[in-house]
Amino acid sequence: MKDQSTAAVMSNPNQSEPKKTGKKFKINTGLLWTISPATIWLVLFLVVPLILVLFVSFMSRGTYGGIEYTFTIENYLRFLDPLYLNIMWTSVVMAGITTLACLILGYPFAYLIARSPVQYRTILLFLVIVPFWTNSLVRTYAWIVLLRTEGVINNLLIYLGWIQEPLQLLYNDGAVLIGLIYTLFPFMVLPLYGSIEKLDKSLLEAASDLGAKPWQAFLKVTLPLTMPGIVSGSLLVFIPALGLFFIPDLMGGAKTMIIGNLIKNQFLTARDWPFGSALSIVLMILTLILIAIYVRIAEGDRRGIHDI
Amino acid sequence: MKKTFSILLVMVLSLGMLLAGCGGSDNAGTNGNGEAPEQESSGNQEEEKVLNVFNWSEYLPQEVIDQFEQETGIKVNYDTYSSNEEMFAKLQAGNAGYDIAVPSLYFVEVMVKEGMLEKINKDNIPNLKNIGDEFLGRDADPNNDYSVPYMWGKDIIAVNKELVDFEVKGYKDLFNPAFENSLVVIDEPRTLLGGMLEMLGYDANSTNEDEIREAGEKLKELLPNIKAFDSDSPKTMLVSNEVKAGVVYGAEAALAMRENPAIEIVYPEEFVSLWQDNLVIPKGAPHKENAEKFINFILRPDISAKISMEYPYGNPNVEALKELPEDIRYSITVPADVVERGKFIKDVGEATVIYDRVWTEVKNSAQ
Repeated sequence: MKDQSTAAVMSNPNQSEPKKTGKKFKINTGLLWTISPATIWLVLFLVVPLILVLFVSFMSRGTYGGIEYTFTIENYLRFLDPLYLNIMWTSVVMAGITTLACLILGYPFAYLIARSPVQYRTILLFLVIVPFWTNSLVRTYAWIVLLRTEGVINNLLIYLGWIQEPLQLLYNDGAVLIGLIYTLFPFMVLPLYGSIEKLDKSLLEAASDLGAKPWQAFLKVTLPLTMPGIVSGSLLVFIPALGLFFIPDLMGGAKTMIIGNLIKNQFLTARDWPFGSALSIVLMILTLILIAIYVRIAEGDRRGIHDI
Repeated sequence: MKKTFSILLVMVLSLGMLLAGCGGSDNAGTNGNGEAPEQESSGNQEEEKVLNVFNWSEYLPQEVIDQFEQETGIKVNYDTYSSNEEMFAKLQAGNAGYDIAVPSLYFVEVMVKEGMLEKINKDNIPNLKNIGDEFLGRDADPNNDYSVPYMWGKDIIAVNKELVDFEVKGYKDLFNPAFENSLVVIDEPRTLLGGMLEMLGYDANSTNEDEIREAGEKLKELLPNIKAFDSDSPKTMLVSNEVKAGVVYGAEAALAMRENPAIEIVYPEEFVSLWQDNLVIPKGAPHKENAEKFINFILRPDISAKISMEYPYGNPNVEALKELPEDIRYSITVPADVVERGKFIKDVGEATVIYDRVWTEVKNSAQ
């Protein structure tokens, strides 16, 4: 079997040599060798599974949870049910608040790093990245230890005499937001840092020379020029925030359902793979729309700069 | 243009490889089984000394497997799963050479209906006599033609006596306002909705949409008291006094009691949800005789007791219970009347979708 496939790989490029087509294509073998591994990887583990998900999303659920191979669009129509639309809406709101909070907290932070002396910059960036070395599930459990009724924060506050009764910090929407913001914060800071660092300082000096107050210069110069960073940071936070099902499960006590939990349940408890697949496809389409908007903004932005 | 062409070529090649891979494995499997853990060279009179076991994770001590290999000379290949659904999906796609699986009762029912199980030759399982009568002849498999009990358990209410100053007898007491935001419940739709159904006087295995909806409405009333849904480790919240009581798995409650003596077990008067896992031989198992030897081995009192020492689930093996130390036996024993009135969750077929929808509605109303 192995022999067959290697043989196929070895012989196929020769068979489809350009001579056959009679046109002047000359295959760049260097390019072929360098991009093959990545492309094969992507096709095998991304494109094929995606096609499978798309295929299953148009099938029906078997009585015992299997897949019945009859075509239906019912799975997509079911999503239009107010119940599921509402869950989608909740997810979007949660992800939106997370993104906004990350932006408000992350912008000054990224600005600080980008404007600090060069020798500190690496260390500061390093500190942002270090938590990534630990599994995010483990970090979420650390938050639980901090926030729970007899946890570190409550015990400390009681010890200091600031509160008499422990605060309910865990198992509510606030806790879910803390978890999401904490987990996704670096995804906001890194692209923001990238675009703030590239910002030409002389433009700000020019603005100030022309009589702009610092806040005017910020609004009219800094903000528009760092817009690509803001948008890509927001996307990098918003999209994963829709799908991080384990944070509502662990920190929200599984009381808040976001679209990620709904999809998980279709595969694990409802045994409804077709509906789960359809929900995944809907989520992917939403993501693609957002990325398309990003590309528009990024291009518009570039044109804008050229106009200047 | 050149680039596009190269990329296309690579894509075609990789698809070709994928297809070649599929075709190859089809030829390799003796019965078109797909990827097999270890296939025998077919046509032998004598079975080769191999056994492929598919079991839940954290359910069988390595020591027991080693002993089986030593005594019989049969090599055990051991794979694990973490839900009935996972096991079922894998076997449904065509048995990949497994000789033993361990489904819960309601999946035994499904697998019998779907013709996915081999009949077990009871002459080869003399140790079946060690199993208590009450665990045999379940509705799912009335004559135990296809399945042999392995372990069992129950979902119960655990109460922290130090934090609760009134008596809790069942689900109805959980609605007490004193429990506001201080219950942990397992994230199991069938157990929770089952409890509500029984409380309302219906059957926990109801397939009637109106009844399930009514149970859902009832569960919504309980939401203000529920602090968290947690199936992974509800004992943590009980032990750390994060909650005053909870609907949890029996084994979780037993472990919580070891760490926090204030915790007590209550068998809810309306509904004790029971489960029982069973050893079965999937259809097309390549080593059926070895599988029967293995089942007989597991039912041996000394072996079954060893399993219970490590994983304290309910043990249906009456002889094994006698060999256990007093404290472990006590922690896994359930009063006879509770076993009597306990109910098994059954497969509800198409109604599974209704349960999921109602469950989603309940969760969605929490905000």
